Amino acid sequence: MDRRGFLKTSIVVGGCAFASNKLNAQETRDSEEFVGVLVDTTRCIGCRACEVACGEEHDLLVPDVINDGALEKHRKTSDKQWMVVNKHATEKGDVFVKTQCMHCYQAACTAACPTAAMNKTKNGPVIWNGSKCIGCRYCMISCPFEMPKFEYHEWNPKLQKCTMCYERLEEGQKPACVNACPTDTLMFGTRLKNLEIARHRIYSHPDQYVHHIYGEHEVGGTGYIYLSAVSFDQIGFRTDLGTTPYPEYTKEFLYGVPMVLFGVPAFLLGLNALAGGSEQGIDGEIESDTGKGGASDE
Amino acid sequence: MNKGIVVIGSFGQFFRFLIQEMKPRGPWLTTFNVISIPVILTGLVILYFRFVYGLGSVTNLTQETPWGLWKGFNVVVGVALAGGAYVITFVVYVMRMEKYHSIVRATVLSGLLAYTFYAGTLLLELGRPWFALNPYIGNSFGFSSVLFLICWHFLLYMVAEFIEFSPAIAEWLHWEKARKILKSLTLGTVILGITLSILHQSGLGALFLMAKSKIHPLWYSEFIPILFFVSSIYAGLAMIIVEGTLSRRVFKHLFTPDHRHSFNDIIFGLSKGAAITMFVYYFLKALLFIHDKQWTMINDGWGYWYLLEVLGFVLVPGFMFAFGFRNRSLNIIKTASVLALIGIVLNRLNISVIAFNWYVVPHYFPTWQEFVVALTVIFAEIWVLRWFVTRMPVFTSGHGTQRAGN
Repeated sequence: MDRRGFLKTSIVVGGCAFASNKLNAQETRDSEEFVGVLVDTTRCIGCRACEVACGEEHDLLVPDVINDGALEKHRKTSDKQWMVVNKHATEKGDVFVKTQCMHCYQAACTAACPTAAMNKTKNGPVIWNGSKCIGCRYCMISCPFEMPKFEYHEWNPKLQKCTMCYERLEEGQKPACVNACPTDTLMFGTRLKNLEIARHRIYSHPDQYVHHIYGEHEVGGTGYIYLSAVSFDQIGFRTDLGTTPYPEYTKEFLYGVPMVLFGVPAFLLGLNALAGGSEQGIDGEIESDTGKGGASDE
Repeated sequence: MNKGIVVIGSFGQFFRFLIQEMKPRGPWLTTFNVISIPVILTGLVILYFRFVYGLGSVTNLTQETPWGLWKGFNVVVGVALAGGAYVITFVVYVMRMEKYHSIVRATVLSGLLAYTFYAGTLLLELGRPWFALNPYIGNSFGFSSVLFLICWHFLLYMVAEFIEFSPAIAEWLHWEKARKILKSLTLGTVILGITLSILHQSGLGALFLMAKSKIHPLWYSEFIPILFFVSSIYAGLAMIIVEGTLSRRVFKHLFTPDHRHSFNDIIFGLSKGAAITMFVYYFLKALLFIHDKQWTMINDGWGYWYLLEVLGFVLVPGFMFAFGFRNRSLNIIKTASVLALIGIVLNRLNISVIAFNWYVVPHYFPTWQEFVVALTVIFAEIWVLRWFVTRMPVFTSGHGTQRAGN
C-alpha cells in the first residue's frame, strides 16, 4: 500500500469510527438514575396551586386562580406559562390534567438542536442553554408534545419550557409544582420508583385505573408519567405517537452520512476516470470553443 | 522601498477599478427596477420591525407553526431549485459531456448566489442570529442533529461553489496566474460540491423525519430524504431551462447568435434528463402510495391536493418533457419546466408548511410582510446576479472568448 492509499484508508476508517461514536452517545446514559414525576390524574382536584408555584418560581405569569376562569377552556403551555392544568369532560366525570414538558429519555429536541442548546442533564431534566441557542426553532418542529415555546415578541427571544426546576433539584429540593400539590397528585422520585408506585396502584385498584401508564413506553419513555381512570385520548393525550424514541427517526440518515461523504467522491473519481478524465488532464481545463463544437455535432 | 510604492500604486489602481465596476450600468428605469426597488425598500423597513419587536410583529408564526414562508419557501424551496449547479457540474466535469460546458458558469453562479441569499434568509429568520456561528465554533456541536449537518454543508458548499466560479472572477480582474491555480481546483471542488449536495438536499428532507406525528401521512414517509434528493435533480434542470431562457431574453447583448443555437440543443438534452428523473420520482411516489396504503386517505380535500401535486405537477410535466424531447418542441419543454417548478414549490411547501400540523385550526397563512420579505430576498439576489453577469465572463464562459473580445 502506498502512502496515499494508506492515508485515504485511514481517513475513511477514522472518519466512520468518529462519526458512529458521536451518534451512539445517546444510548450510553444510565436510564435508571433519571428522576421524574408521577402524575395521578385521579387525585387532581384542579386547584392549580402548581400553576401558581411554577409562575412564582420562574418569574412567569402567576395566574389569578379564583377569578380567571381558565379551566373553562383548554389551554396550552406558552412562553409565559411552562405548565397548565386543563379540565376534560370524560365518561367518568371531569378529570384535571397537568401538562408540561415530558422530559423524554431520548428527547427529540436534544437530537434536533444543532448547537446542543437543548440538553438532557445526567439526572433527567431536559433544559435549555441560552448561550448556545441560535433560535432556529427546530426543537419545536421535532417535539412530539410541542413543548418548547418561542418568544415571538422579543427582540432577543428565549425558548421557554419546563426545566423540572433543575436548580431546585441541585439543591436537593423537589420541583416547585410537586411541592405545592396538596393532594399528592404529583410525586417526585426516580423514574423506576415512580413506575413501581404506578404499577402498584393499578394492581391494587384495577377498577380505578386503566391498565396503562402514559409515558412508560411512549416515544421511548418519558420523565413525567401519568395514571388515569379513563383512556388517555379522553384527557387530551396523543395516543398515536408510538414507542420509538424520536432520535431514531433521523439516526439511519445520519449513519448514512459518512458513507456518502467518503463513498461518493471515490465513485465520482472512478466515473471521471472512465469518462476519460485522466487523458485530458485532471485540472478540468476545457476551452469554451469545445462547448460549441459539441453542440453543432448533432 | 520602491517595491512598496509599486504595490501601493497597483492597489490604488485595483480599488479604482473596483469602484468603477460598482457603478450601475445600462438604463436605470427598467420594469424590473421599478418593481423591485420599492419592494426591497419596504422589505428593509419590515426587517427593521422584525429585529426590534421580534418575529411575531411581522409574521404569523405561532407555537404550532414555528417555520413559515421564509424557511419553507426561501430556504427549503430555494435550495431545491439551486440543485442545477451540482447536476451540471457532474455532467460536465465528471462525465465530461462537453455539450453542456457553456452553461456551467451561469449555473454555478446562480447556485452560489442562491445559497448565499438563502443562508441570508436563515439569518433573518433565526430568533437569535447573533449566535449563528455557534454550530461552527467548537463549544456547541449538535452532532446528532440533521440541522447541524445542514449548517456545515451550506457553508462548505458555498465555499466549493465560490472556488468553482472563481476563475471567472480572476478573468474579470485579469489575474492570469490565479486563474490557472483556481481552475486546477475545479474537479476537486466539483466532487466535493456534488457529495455535499447529495447530503444536504436529502438532509433538508431528513429535517422533517422527526415531525412524524405532525405532517399529513400522505406527505410523511421515512423516504423523504430520497424523494428530496431525486426531485432536486429535475428541479435543478427545470430551473436551468427557465433561468437560461429568461437570461437569454434579458441579456440579449451578452450572447452571440450561435450561443442561442447551442442552448436550444442543451435544452433538449436537459429535458431528456428531467423526464427520466421525474419518472423515477413518480415511480417512488407510486411505490410509497401502494406500500403505505395511502388510497384510504385520498378521498378528501387533502387527498385531492396531494393528487394535484403528484399527477398535475409531476406526471404531466414528466410526459411533457418526454414529448417535447421527441418532437423537438421548445415551447412544450419550457411549459413543462414551469409546471415542474410549481410542483417542487408545492411539494416543499406542503411538507414544511401546508401539511405541517394540518389538523391545527386556524392554519398558518403568511402575512403580507412575510411575502414582501420573501420577494425582497429574491429581488436582491437578482440584483447581485445582474451585477455579476454584466461584468464577468459568465455566459461566454471562456478565457479564449474573453481574449478575443479584448
